[in-house]
Amino acid sequence: MSQIPAELKYTKSHEWIRVEADGSLTIGITDHAQEALGDLVFVETPEAGQSFGTGDAAAVVESVKAASDVYAPVAGDVIGGNDVLADAPETLNDDPYGEGWIFKLQPADAGELDGLMSADGYADFLKSEQ
Amino acid sequence: MPFIPHTEAEVSRMLAAIGANSIEDLFDEIPENLKVKSFDNIPARRSEMEVSRLMHERAETDGQPLCFIGAGAYEHHIPAAVWQIATRGEFYSAYTPYQAEASQGTLQLIYEYQTMMCSLTGMDVSNASLYDGATGLAEAVLMAARANRKVKEHRVLMPASVHPYYRACAKAICDAQGFEFISIEFDDSTGTTLLDSLKAYEGQAISSLVIPQPNFFGQLEAVDQLTDWAHAQGALVIGVVNPVALALLKAPGQWGTQGADIVCGDGQPLGAPLSSGGPYYGFMCCKQQHVRQMPGRIVGRTVDLEGKVGYTLTLQAREQHIRRAKATSNICTNQGLVVTASTIHMSLLGAEGLRRVASACWHNTRKLVDALCTIDGVDAVFTGAGFHEAVIRLPKPAAEVIDALSKRDILAGLDLHAHYPTLGNALLVCVTETKSDADITRYVDELKAALGA
Repeated sequence: MSQIPAELKYTKSHEWIRVEADGSLTIGITDHAQEALGDLVFVETPEAGQSFGTGDAAAVVESVKAASDVYAPVAGDVIGGNDVLADAPETLNDDPYGEGWIFKLQPADAGELDGLMSADGYADFLKSEQ
Repeated sequence: MPFIPHTEAEVSRMLAAIGANSIEDLFDEIPENLKVKSFDNIPARRSEMEVSRLMHERAETDGQPLCFIGAGAYEHHIPAAVWQIATRGEFYSAYTPYQAEASQGTLQLIYEYQTMMCSLTGMDVSNASLYDGATGLAEAVLMAARANRKVKEHRVLMPASVHPYYRACAKAICDAQGFEFISIEFDDSTGTTLLDSLKAYEGQAISSLVIPQPNFFGQLEAVDQLTDWAHAQGALVIGVVNPVALALLKAPGQWGTQGADIVCGDGQPLGAPLSSGGPYYGFMCCKQQHVRQMPGRIVGRTVDLEGKVGYTLTLQAREQHIRRAKATSNICTNQGLVVTASTIHMSLLGAEGLRRVASACWHNTRKLVDALCTIDGVDAVFTGAGFHEAVIRLPKPAAEVIDALSKRDILAGLDLHAHYPTLGNALLVCVTETKSDADITRYVDELKAALGA
Protein backbone atom coordinates (compact mmCIF):
# COMPACT_ATOMS: atom_id res chain seq x y z
CA MET A 1 0.00 0.00 0.00
CA SER A 2 1.43 3.37 -0.98
CA GLN A 3 1.83 6.24 1.44
CA ILE A 4 -0.74 9.02 1.57
CA PRO A 5 0.30 11.67 4.13
CA ALA A 6 -2.73 13.06 5.97
CA GLU A 7 -1.64 16.73 5.88
CA LEU A 8 -1.57 17.02 2.08
CA LYS A 9 -4.23 17.64 -0.55
CA TYR A 10 -4.61 15.52 -3.69
CA THR A 11 -5.93 15.46 -7.25
CA LYS A 12 -7.40 12.69 -9.38
CA SER A 13 -4.38 13.00 -11.68
CA HIS A 14 -2.16 11.96 -8.72
CA GLU A 15 -0.56 15.27 -7.74
CA TRP A 16 -0.13 16.13 -4.07
CA ILE A 17 -0.30 19.71 -2.81
CA ARG A 18 1.18 21.13 0.39
CA VAL A 19 -0.09 24.54 1.47
CA GLU A 20 2.87 26.40 2.96
CA ALA A 21 2.64 28.97 5.78
CA ASP A 22 2.92 31.85 3.31
CA GLY A 23 0.03 30.56 1.20
CA SER A 24 2.24 29.22 -1.59
CA LEU A 25 1.84 25.63 -2.78
CA THR A 26 4.42 22.88 -3.12
CA ILE A 27 3.39 20.28 -5.69
CA GLY A 28 4.62 16.79 -6.50
CA ILE A 29 3.28 13.43 -7.58
CA THR A 30 2.09 10.80 -5.16
CA ASP A 31 3.84 7.67 -4.00
CA HIS A 32 1.25 5.70 -5.95
CA ALA A 33 2.07 7.66 -9.14
CA GLN A 34 5.85 7.22 -8.86
CA GLU A 35 5.36 3.52 -8.23
CA ALA A 36 3.15 3.17 -11.30
CA LEU A 37 5.63 5.05 -13.50
CA GLY A 38 8.66 3.08 -12.35
CA ASP A 39 12.24 4.40 -12.39
CA LEU A 40 12.18 8.02 -13.46
CA VAL A 41 14.89 9.10 -15.89
CA PHE A 42 13.91 12.71 -16.45
CA VAL A 43 11.75 15.40 -14.90
CA GLU A 44 11.01 18.60 -16.79
CA THR A 45 10.08 21.27 -14.28
CA PRO A 46 8.41 24.61 -15.09
CA GLU A 47 10.33 27.88 -14.93
CA ALA A 48 9.67 30.61 -12.38
CA GLY A 49 7.22 33.15 -13.75
CA GLN A 50 5.20 30.76 -15.91
CA SER A 51 1.43 31.01 -15.40
CA PHE A 52 -0.91 28.07 -15.51
CA GLY A 53 -4.67 27.65 -15.52
CA THR A 54 -6.26 24.84 -13.52
CA GLY A 55 -5.41 21.52 -15.12
CA ASP A 56 -2.74 22.89 -17.46
CA ALA A 57 0.23 20.63 -18.12
CA ALA A 58 3.00 22.12 -15.96
CA ALA A 59 5.74 19.48 -15.83
CA VAL A 60 6.69 16.19 -17.45
CA VAL A 61 7.87 13.06 -15.65
CA GLU A 62 9.55 10.52 -17.85
CA SER A 63 10.31 6.94 -16.91
CA VAL A 64 11.92 4.30 -19.06
CA LYS A 65 8.49 3.26 -20.31
CA ALA A 66 6.35 6.40 -20.37
CA ALA A 67 6.29 10.14 -20.23
CA SER A 68 3.41 11.76 -18.34
CA ASP A 69 2.29 15.28 -17.71
CA VAL A 70 2.00 16.74 -14.25
CA TYR A 71 -0.90 19.17 -14.07
CA ALA A 72 -1.32 22.43 -12.20
CA PRO A 73 -3.93 21.52 -9.55
CA VAL A 74 -5.11 25.13 -9.34
CA ALA A 75 -4.43 28.26 -11.39
CA GLY A 76 -1.39 30.31 -10.46
CA ASP A 77 2.15 31.53 -11.17
CA VAL A 78 5.19 29.31 -10.81
CA ILE A 79 7.58 30.34 -8.05
CA GLY A 80 10.19 27.80 -9.08
CA GLY A 81 10.95 24.22 -10.04
CA ASN A 82 12.99 21.66 -8.11
CA ASP A 83 16.45 21.88 -9.67
CA VAL A 84 17.61 18.75 -7.83
CA LEU A 85 15.50 16.64 -10.20
CA ALA A 86 17.44 17.76 -13.28
CA ASP A 87 20.48 15.70 -12.32
CA ALA A 88 18.88 13.26 -9.91
CA PRO A 89 15.37 12.37 -11.14
CA GLU A 90 15.47 9.24 -8.95
CA THR A 91 15.01 11.56 -5.96
CA LEU A 92 11.35 11.60 -6.93
CA ASN A 93 11.14 7.80 -6.65
CA ASP A 94 13.02 7.80 -3.34
CA ASP A 95 11.19 10.63 -1.59
CA PRO A 96 8.05 11.66 -3.52
CA TYR A 97 6.62 13.79 -0.69
CA GLY A 98 9.90 15.39 0.42
CA GLU A 99 13.03 16.07 -1.63
CA GLY A 100 11.19 14.88 -4.73
CA TRP A 101 8.76 17.82 -4.93
CA ILE A 102 8.38 19.15 -8.50
CA PHE A 103 7.38 22.82 -8.41
CA LYS A 104 6.06 25.63 -6.25
CA LEU A 105 3.05 27.67 -7.24
CA GLN A 106 1.51 30.92 -6.03
CA PRO A 107 -2.24 30.23 -6.36
CA ALA A 108 -4.34 32.89 -8.08
CA ASP A 109 -7.33 32.09 -5.87
CA ALA A 110 -6.82 30.23 -2.57
CA GLY A 111 -10.51 29.33 -2.65
CA GLU A 112 -9.77 26.88 -5.43
CA LEU A 113 -7.97 24.66 -2.91
CA ASP A 114 -11.32 23.61 -1.46
CA GLY A 115 -11.96 21.61 -4.61
CA LEU A 116 -8.99 19.29 -3.93
CA MET A 117 -9.20 15.90 -2.25
CA SER A 118 -8.17 15.10 1.32
CA ALA A 119 -5.91 12.13 2.08
CA ASP A 120 -8.98 10.00 2.87
CA GLY A 121 -10.66 11.12 -0.33
CA TYR A 122 -7.58 10.19 -2.36
CA ALA A 123 -7.31 6.79 -0.64
CA ASP A 124 -10.96 6.08 -1.55
CA PHE A 125 -10.32 7.30 -5.10
CA LEU A 126 -7.36 4.91 -5.48
CA LYS A 127 -9.53 2.01 -4.25
CA SER A 128 -12.28 2.92 -6.70
CA GLU A 129 -9.73 2.98 -9.56
CA GLN A 130 -8.50 -0.55 -8.89
CA MET B 1 -10.06 -8.97 -51.73
CA PRO B 2 -9.73 -5.56 -50.09
CA PHE B 3 -8.61 -5.76 -46.49
CA ILE B 4 -11.21 -3.57 -44.84
CA PRO B 5 -11.95 -4.83 -41.36
CA HIS B 6 -15.29 -3.04 -40.90
CA THR B 7 -18.63 -4.53 -41.94
CA GLU B 8 -21.27 -2.35 -43.58
CA ALA B 9 -23.30 -2.49 -40.39
CA GLU B 10 -20.34 -1.18 -38.38
CA VAL B 11 -19.71 1.60 -40.87
CA SER B 12 -23.38 2.64 -40.65
CA ARG B 13 -23.21 2.69 -36.85
CA MET B 14 -20.07 4.85 -36.90
CA LEU B 15 -21.61 7.26 -39.42
CA ALA B 16 -24.79 7.50 -37.34
CA ALA B 17 -22.74 8.24 -34.23
CA ILE B 18 -21.14 11.29 -35.84
CA GLY B 19 -24.30 12.36 -37.69
CA ALA B 20 -23.14 11.68 -41.24
CA ASN B 21 -25.18 9.89 -43.88
CA SER B 22 -22.38 8.48 -45.95
CA ILE B 23 -18.60 8.33 -46.12
CA GLU B 24 -18.81 10.82 -49.00
CA ASP B 25 -20.30 13.32 -46.52
CA LEU B 26 -16.97 13.38 -44.71
CA PHE B 27 -15.37 15.00 -47.76
CA ASP B 28 -18.06 17.68 -48.09
CA GLU B 29 -15.65 20.53 -47.47
CA ILE B 30 -13.62 19.73 -50.56
CA PRO B 31 -15.03 21.83 -53.44
CA GLU B 32 -16.64 19.74 -56.18
CA ASN B 33 -14.30 21.08 -58.87
CA LEU B 34 -11.30 19.75 -57.00
CA LYS B 35 -12.58 16.20 -56.82
CA VAL B 36 -11.41 13.69 -59.38
CA LYS B 37 -14.52 12.15 -60.84
CA SER B 38 -13.04 9.67 -63.21
CA PHE B 39 -9.73 7.97 -63.77
CA ASP B 40 -9.90 8.13 -67.56
CA ASN B 41 -6.45 9.72 -67.76
CA ILE B 42 -4.87 6.68 -66.22
CA PRO B 43 -4.30 4.06 -68.90
CA ALA B 44 -5.51 0.51 -68.61
CA ARG B 45 -3.28 -2.07 -66.97
CA ARG B 46 -0.02 -3.00 -68.62
CA SER B 47 2.37 -5.83 -67.98
CA GLU B 48 5.60 -5.35 -66.06
CA MET B 49 7.54 -5.80 -69.29
CA GLU B 50 5.54 -3.06 -71.03
CA VAL B 51 5.83 -0.66 -68.11
CA SER B 52 9.56 -1.28 -67.81
CA ARG B 53 10.06 -0.57 -71.51
CA LEU B 54 7.93 2.59 -71.35
CA MET B 55 9.89 3.91 -68.36
CA HIS B 56 13.24 3.21 -70.00
CA GLU B 57 12.11 5.06 -73.10
CA ARG B 58 11.05 8.03 -71.02
CA ALA B 59 14.27 7.97 -69.03
CA GLU B 60 16.24 8.07 -72.26
CA THR B 61 14.57 11.36 -73.23
CA ASP B 62 16.42 12.90 -70.27
CA GLY B 63 19.67 12.26 -72.07
CA GLN B 64 22.93 12.59 -70.14
CA PRO B 65 23.19 16.34 -69.65
CA LEU B 66 26.08 17.99 -67.84
CA CYS B 67 24.48 19.25 -64.64
CA PHE B 68 25.51 22.59 -63.17
CA ILE B 69 22.41 22.94 -60.99
CA GLY B 70 22.78 22.70 -57.24
CA ALA B 71 20.25 24.67 -55.20
CA GLY B 72 19.83 22.06 -52.51
CA ALA B 73 20.57 18.80 -54.34
CA TYR B 74 24.09 18.05 -55.47
CA GLU B 75 25.64 15.64 -57.95
CA HIS B 76 28.56 13.88 -56.32
CA HIS B 77 30.46 10.76 -57.24
CA ILE B 78 29.08 7.81 -55.28
CA PRO B 79 31.50 4.87 -55.05
CA ALA B 80 29.96 1.75 -56.60
CA ALA B 81 30.38 -0.11 -53.32
CA VAL B 82 27.91 2.20 -51.55
CA TRP B 83 24.67 0.96 -53.04
CA GLN B 84 26.07 -2.52 -53.60
CA ILE B 85 26.43 -2.86 -49.83
CA ALA B 86 23.35 -0.83 -48.92
CA THR B 87 21.09 -3.10 -50.95
CA ARG B 88 22.31 -6.31 -49.31
CA GLY B 89 19.42 -8.19 -47.73
CA GLU B 90 20.65 -7.48 -44.22
CA PHE B 91 20.38 -3.72 -44.75
CA TYR B 92 17.62 -3.48 -47.32
CA SER B 93 14.79 -2.02 -45.29
CA ALA B 94 13.38 1.49 -45.21
CA TYR B 95 12.49 1.21 -41.56
CA THR B 96 14.12 1.41 -38.19
CA PRO B 97 12.75 -1.24 -35.85
CA TYR B 98 10.28 -0.10 -33.20
CA GLN B 99 11.33 -2.84 -30.84
CA ALA B 100 14.11 -1.23 -28.85
CA GLU B 101 16.62 -4.07 -29.12
CA ALA B 102 15.75 -5.99 -32.29
CA SER B 103 17.99 -5.85 -35.40
CA GLN B 104 21.29 -5.17 -33.69
CA GLY B 105 23.02 -4.72 -37.06
CA THR B 106 20.66 -1.96 -38.16
CA LEU B 107 20.92 -0.31 -34.77
CA GLN B 108 24.71 -0.41 -34.83
CA LEU B 109 24.71 1.13 -38.30
CA ILE B 110 22.49 3.98 -37.15
CA TYR B 111 24.70 4.46 -34.11
CA GLU B 112 27.74 4.74 -36.40
CA TYR B 113 25.80 7.19 -38.59
CA GLN B 114 24.95 9.34 -35.56
CA THR B 115 28.59 9.28 -34.47
CA MET B 116 29.73 10.44 -37.93
CA MET B 117 27.18 13.25 -38.01
CA CYS B 118 28.24 14.40 -34.55
CA SER B 119 31.90 14.54 -35.64
CA LEU B 120 30.97 16.39 -38.81
CA THR B 121 28.80 18.99 -37.06
CA GLY B 122 30.71 19.18 -33.78
CA MET B 123 27.47 18.59 -31.88
CA ASP B 124 26.76 16.25 -28.95
CA VAL B 125 23.83 14.26 -30.29
CA SER B 126 22.41 13.21 -33.64
CA ASN B 127 19.08 11.56 -34.33
CA ALA B 128 18.63 8.66 -36.73
CA SER B 129 17.56 11.11 -39.50
CA LEU B 130 14.39 12.84 -40.61
CA TYR B 131 12.44 13.05 -43.84
CA ASP B 132 14.49 15.69 -45.71
CA GLY B 133 16.36 18.94 -45.24
CA ALA B 134 13.36 21.25 -45.54
CA THR B 135 11.18 19.37 -43.04
CA GLY B 136 14.30 19.05 -40.89
CA LEU B 137 14.41 22.85 -40.65
CA ALA B 138 10.70 22.97 -39.77
CA GLU B 139 11.33 20.39 -37.02
CA ALA B 140 14.31 22.41 -35.81
CA VAL B 141 12.17 25.55 -35.55
CA LEU B 142 9.53 23.68 -33.53
CA MET B 143 12.22 22.08 -31.39
CA ALA B 144 13.89 25.41 -30.67
CA ALA B 145 10.58 26.82 -29.46
CA ARG B 146 10.17 23.90 -27.05
CA ALA B 147 13.77 24.07 -25.88
CA ASN B 148 13.89 27.85 -25.45
CA ARG B 149 11.63 27.99 -22.45
CA LYS B 150 12.61 31.53 -21.50
CA VAL B 151 10.98 32.89 -24.65
CA LYS B 152 7.26 32.31 -24.99
CA GLU B 153 6.85 34.12 -28.30
CA HIS B 154 7.27 31.82 -31.26
CA ARG B 155 9.18 34.38 -33.31
CA VAL B 156 11.83 33.11 -35.68
CA LEU B 157 14.40 35.20 -37.53
CA MET B 158 14.71 33.67 -40.97
CA PRO B 159 17.31 35.13 -43.36
CA ALA B 160 16.18 35.49 -46.98
CA SER B 161 19.45 33.74 -47.85
CA VAL B 162 17.95 30.43 -46.62
CA HIS B 163 16.74 28.12 -49.42
CA PRO B 164 13.31 29.46 -50.54
CA TYR B 165 11.76 25.97 -50.40
CA TYR B 166 13.06 25.43 -46.89
CA ARG B 167 11.53 28.72 -45.81
CA ALA B 168 8.22 27.82 -47.46
CA CYS B 169 8.22 24.37 -45.89
CA ALA B 170 9.02 25.66 -42.39
CA LYS B 171 6.24 28.22 -42.71
CA ALA B 172 3.73 25.64 -43.96
CA ILE B 173 4.44 23.29 -41.07
CA CYS B 174 4.75 25.87 -38.29
CA ASP B 175 2.21 28.51 -39.36
CA ALA B 176 -0.83 26.89 -37.82
CA GLN B 177 1.04 26.57 -34.52
CA GLY B 178 1.29 30.32 -34.17
CA PHE B 179 4.82 30.84 -35.42
CA GLU B 180 5.89 34.21 -36.78
CA PHE B 181 8.71 34.17 -39.30
CA ILE B 182 10.57 37.44 -39.68
CA SER B 183 12.47 37.66 -42.95
CA ILE B 184 15.98 39.13 -42.69
CA GLU B 185 17.30 40.71 -45.88
CA PHE B 186 20.78 39.92 -47.16
CA ASP B 187 23.45 42.43 -48.03
CA ASP B 188 23.49 43.39 -51.72
CA SER B 189 27.23 43.07 -52.11
CA THR B 190 28.03 39.94 -50.07
CA GLY B 191 24.73 38.08 -50.33
CA THR B 192 24.97 37.34 -46.62
CA THR B 193 23.14 38.37 -43.47
CA LEU B 194 24.69 41.40 -41.80
CA LEU B 195 24.54 42.08 -38.07
CA ASP B 196 23.16 45.52 -38.97
CA SER B 197 20.01 43.99 -40.39
CA LEU B 198 19.42 42.21 -37.06
CA LYS B 199 19.84 45.34 -34.93
CA ALA B 200 16.12 46.13 -35.16
CA TYR B 201 15.37 42.96 -33.17
CA GLU B 202 17.88 43.58 -30.40
CA GLY B 203 16.35 43.09 -26.97
CA GLN B 204 13.20 41.52 -28.41
CA ALA B 205 11.82 38.11 -27.54
CA ILE B 206 13.14 35.81 -30.28
CA SER B 207 12.81 32.06 -30.15
CA SER B 208 15.50 31.23 -32.69
CA LEU B 209 17.73 32.54 -35.45
CA VAL B 210 18.29 30.37 -38.52
CA ILE B 211 21.80 30.52 -40.01
CA PRO B 212 22.44 28.88 -43.40
CA GLN B 213 26.04 27.79 -44.08
CA PRO B 214 26.77 28.02 -46.93
CA ASN B 215 23.62 29.98 -47.74
CA PHE B 216 21.37 29.47 -50.75
CA PHE B 217 23.68 31.61 -52.92
CA GLY B 218 26.69 29.54 -51.93
CA GLN B 219 28.02 32.43 -49.84
CA LEU B 220 29.52 31.94 -46.38
CA GLU B 221 27.68 33.67 -43.54
CA ALA B 222 29.50 35.31 -40.60
CA VAL B 223 28.43 32.41 -38.39
CA ASP B 224 30.44 33.39 -35.30
CA GLN B 225 29.04 36.92 -35.11
CA LEU B 226 25.48 35.80 -35.87
CA THR B 227 25.62 33.01 -33.29
CA ASP B 228 26.93 35.27 -30.54
CA TRP B 229 24.37 37.94 -31.39
CA ALA B 230 21.50 35.43 -31.17
CA HIS B 231 22.69 34.02 -27.86
CA ALA B 232 23.02 37.53 -26.44
CA GLN B 233 19.32 38.04 -27.26
CA GLY B 234 18.33 34.76 -25.58
CA ALA B 235 17.56 33.13 -28.94
CA LEU B 236 18.65 29.64 -29.92
CA VAL B 237 20.75 29.15 -33.06
CA ILE B 238 19.65 26.75 -35.79
CA GLY B 239 22.33 25.99 -38.38
CA VAL B 240 21.18 24.77 -41.81
CA VAL B 241 24.30 23.28 -43.34
CA ASN B 242 25.64 21.37 -46.30
CA PRO B 243 27.33 18.30 -44.79
CA VAL B 244 30.01 18.15 -47.52
CA ALA B 245 30.96 21.79 -46.89
CA LEU B 246 31.49 20.91 -43.21
CA ALA B 247 34.55 18.90 -44.24
CA LEU B 248 36.26 22.28 -44.77
CA LEU B 249 34.28 24.76 -42.69
CA LYS B 250 34.19 25.34 -38.96
CA ALA B 251 31.81 22.84 -37.33
CA PRO B 252 28.56 24.44 -36.10
CA GLY B 253 29.35 23.17 -32.61
CA GLN B 254 32.20 25.71 -32.62
CA TRP B 255 30.28 28.70 -34.01
CA GLY B 256 30.78 31.75 -31.79
CA THR B 257 31.54 31.30 -28.13
CA GLN B 258 28.83 28.71 -27.40
CA GLY B 259 28.21 26.96 -30.72
CA ALA B 260 24.93 26.39 -32.55
CA ASP B 261 22.12 24.76 -30.56
CA ILE B 262 20.53 22.72 -33.35
CA VAL B 263 22.02 21.78 -36.71
CA CYS B 264 20.02 20.37 -39.60
CA GLY B 265 20.25 19.93 -43.34
CA ASP B 266 19.81 17.52 -46.20
CA GLY B 267 21.94 14.40 -46.25
CA GLN B 268 21.60 13.86 -50.00
CA PRO B 269 25.16 15.01 -50.85
CA LEU B 270 26.46 12.10 -48.76
CA GLY B 271 25.76 9.14 -51.03
CA ALA B 272 22.27 9.67 -52.43
CA PRO B 273 21.87 10.19 -56.21
CA LEU B 274 19.92 13.22 -57.48
CA SER B 275 17.18 10.81 -58.56
CA SER B 276 14.65 13.48 -59.64
CA GLY B 277 14.42 14.90 -56.14
CA GLY B 278 14.33 11.97 -53.77
CA PRO B 279 14.28 10.01 -51.62
CA TYR B 280 16.81 12.02 -49.63
CA TYR B 281 17.05 12.36 -45.87
CA GLY B 282 17.24 15.12 -43.32
CA PHE B 283 19.79 15.12 -40.55
CA MET B 284 19.54 16.80 -37.20
CA CYS B 285 22.04 17.23 -34.39
CA CYS B 286 21.86 19.21 -31.17
CA LYS B 287 23.53 20.03 -27.89
CA GLN B 288 23.08 17.47 -25.14
CA GLN B 289 20.97 19.89 -23.09
CA HIS B 290 18.26 19.91 -25.78
CA VAL B 291 18.15 16.18 -26.47
CA ARG B 292 14.75 15.59 -24.89
CA GLN B 293 13.18 18.08 -27.25
CA MET B 294 14.74 16.47 -30.29
CA PRO B 295 12.31 14.77 -32.68
CA GLY B 296 12.93 11.36 -34.18
CA ARG B 297 14.67 8.22 -33.13
CA ILE B 298 17.98 8.00 -31.32
CA VAL B 299 20.09 4.87 -31.01
CA GLY B 300 22.29 4.49 -27.95
CA ARG B 301 25.10 2.12 -27.07
CA THR B 302 24.91 0.15 -23.86
CA VAL B 303 25.94 -3.18 -22.32
CA ASP B 304 23.78 -6.20 -21.67
CA LEU B 305 23.60 -8.25 -18.46
CA GLU B 306 26.80 -10.05 -19.41
CA GLY B 307 28.61 -6.79 -20.05
CA LYS B 308 28.61 -7.20 -23.84
CA VAL B 309 28.14 -4.13 -26.02
CA GLY B 310 24.69 -3.74 -27.51
CA TYR B 311 22.65 -1.06 -29.24
CA THR B 312 19.17 0.13 -28.38
CA LEU B 313 16.61 2.76 -29.24
CA THR B 314 16.78 5.28 -26.47
CA LEU B 315 14.70 8.19 -25.16
CA GLN B 316 11.69 6.62 -26.84
CA ALA B 317 9.31 8.11 -24.29
CA ARG B 318 9.43 11.33 -26.37
CA GLU B 319 8.15 9.55 -29.42
CA GLN B 320 4.78 9.25 -31.06
CA HIS B 321 4.07 5.61 -30.28
CA ILE B 322 4.40 6.32 -26.56
CA ARG B 323 3.68 10.01 -26.12
CA ARG B 324 0.91 10.15 -28.74
CA ALA B 325 -0.28 13.71 -29.46
CA LYS B 326 2.37 15.14 -27.14
CA ALA B 327 5.29 13.55 -28.96
CA THR B 328 8.18 15.79 -30.00
CA SER B 329 7.17 15.20 -33.61
CA ASN B 330 4.68 13.40 -35.76
CA ILE B 331 7.48 12.35 -38.03
CA CYS B 332 8.18 9.13 -36.21
CA THR B 333 10.33 7.17 -38.61
CA ASN B 334 13.54 7.92 -40.43
CA GLN B 335 14.97 7.44 -43.91
CA GLY B 336 16.66 4.20 -42.94
CA LEU B 337 17.86 3.00 -46.32
CA VAL B 338 19.29 6.32 -47.54
CA VAL B 339 20.99 6.73 -44.17
CA THR B 340 22.49 3.27 -44.62
CA ALA B 341 23.94 4.32 -47.97
CA SER B 342 25.16 7.57 -46.45
CA THR B 343 26.92 5.82 -43.61
CA ILE B 344 28.68 3.50 -46.03
CA HIS B 345 29.54 6.48 -48.25
CA MET B 346 31.10 8.39 -45.36
CA SER B 347 33.02 5.37 -44.12
CA LEU B 348 34.43 4.72 -47.61
CA LEU B 349 35.48 8.34 -48.11
CA GLY B 350 36.70 8.91 -44.59
CA ALA B 351 37.43 12.37 -43.22
CA GLU B 352 40.27 12.91 -45.70
CA GLY B 353 38.22 11.76 -48.70
CA LEU B 354 35.37 14.06 -47.76
CA ARG B 355 37.80 16.98 -47.43
CA ARG B 356 39.17 16.23 -50.89
CA VAL B 357 35.64 16.13 -52.36
CA ALA B 358 34.79 19.47 -50.73
CA SER B 359 38.07 20.99 -51.84
CA ALA B 360 37.61 19.83 -55.46
CA CYS B 361 34.09 21.31 -55.47
CA TRP B 362 35.42 24.64 -54.25
CA HIS B 363 38.26 24.76 -56.79
CA ASN B 364 36.02 23.77 -59.69
CA THR B 365 33.47 26.42 -58.80
CA ARG B 366 36.17 29.11 -58.68
CA LYS B 367 37.43 27.94 -62.10
CA LEU B 368 33.98 28.23 -63.64
CA VAL B 369 33.15 31.58 -62.05
CA ASP B 370 36.51 33.08 -63.02
CA ALA B 371 36.11 31.90 -66.61
CA LEU B 372 32.51 33.11 -66.86
CA CYS B 373 33.44 36.54 -65.54
CA THR B 374 35.81 37.06 -68.47
CA ILE B 375 32.76 37.05 -70.77
CA ASP B 376 31.49 40.52 -71.63
CA GLY B 377 28.41 41.41 -69.60
CA VAL B 378 28.77 38.46 -67.21
CA ASP B 379 29.84 38.96 -63.63
CA ALA B 380 29.57 37.51 -60.14
CA VAL B 381 26.68 39.09 -58.24
CA PHE B 382 28.30 38.74 -54.81
CA THR B 383 31.78 39.14 -53.40
CA GLY B 384 33.25 37.27 -50.48
CA ALA B 385 33.90 33.64 -49.63
CA GLY B 386 31.66 30.87 -50.89
CA PHE B 387 31.54 27.10 -51.26
CA HIS B 388 30.48 25.27 -54.43
CA GLU B 389 27.79 27.59 -55.74
CA ALA B 390 27.74 31.15 -57.00
CA VAL B 391 25.29 33.67 -58.42
CA ILE B 392 26.16 34.91 -61.90
CA ARG B 393 24.58 37.97 -63.51
CA LEU B 394 23.84 37.61 -67.23
CA PRO B 395 23.22 40.24 -69.91
CA LYS B 396 19.89 38.61 -70.75
CA PRO B 397 17.20 36.70 -68.84
CA ALA B 398 18.54 33.52 -67.25
CA ALA B 399 15.59 31.49 -68.57
CA GLU B 400 16.66 32.15 -72.17
CA VAL B 401 20.23 31.11 -71.46
CA ILE B 402 19.14 27.98 -69.60
CA ASP B 403 16.91 27.07 -72.52
CA ALA B 404 19.68 27.57 -75.07
CA LEU B 405 22.20 25.51 -73.11
CA SER B 406 19.74 22.70 -72.40
CA LYS B 407 19.54 22.22 -76.17
CA ARG B 408 23.30 21.65 -76.02
CA ASP B 409 22.89 19.07 -73.19
CA ILE B 410 23.99 21.38 -70.42
CA LEU B 411 21.86 22.19 -67.39
CA ALA B 412 23.20 25.70 -66.86
CA GLY B 413 21.90 26.41 -63.38
CA LEU B 414 18.85 27.70 -61.54
CA ASP B 415 17.07 30.87 -62.68
CA LEU B 416 16.74 33.00 -59.53
CA HIS B 417 14.20 35.38 -61.02
CA ALA B 418 11.10 33.84 -59.42
CA HIS B 419 12.62 33.78 -55.92
CA TYR B 420 14.81 36.89 -55.99
CA PRO B 421 13.50 39.30 -58.66
CA THR B 422 15.67 42.16 -57.36
CA LEU B 423 18.85 40.31 -58.38
CA GLY B 424 18.09 40.88 -62.06
CA ASN B 425 19.15 38.26 -64.62
CA ALA B 426 20.68 36.03 -61.98
CA LEU B 427 21.72 32.42 -62.43
CA LEU B 428 22.74 30.13 -59.56
CA VAL B 429 25.46 27.73 -60.71
CA CYS B 430 27.08 24.83 -58.93
CA VAL B 431 30.18 22.82 -59.76
CA THR B 432 31.00 19.66 -57.85
CA GLU B 433 34.00 17.33 -58.07
CA THR B 434 32.20 15.45 -60.87
CA LYS B 435 33.07 18.12 -63.46
CA SER B 436 36.35 18.00 -65.37
CA ASP B 437 38.25 20.99 -66.77
CA ALA B 438 36.92 20.01 -70.19
CA ASP B 439 33.32 20.11 -68.85
CA ILE B 440 33.90 23.57 -67.43
CA THR B 441 35.41 24.79 -70.71
CA ARG B 442 32.47 23.35 -72.62
CA TYR B 443 30.02 25.21 -70.35
CA VAL B 444 31.90 28.48 -70.83
CA ASP B 445 32.04 28.06 -74.61
CA GLU B 446 28.37 27.19 -74.89
CA LEU B 447 27.41 30.14 -72.72
CA LYS B 448 29.47 32.46 -74.92
CA ALA B 449 27.69 31.06 -77.95
CA ALA B 450 24.28 31.50 -76.31
CA LEU B 451 25.07 35.11 -75.49
CA GLY B 452 26.52 35.75 -78.93
CA ALA B 453 29.69 36.87 -77.18
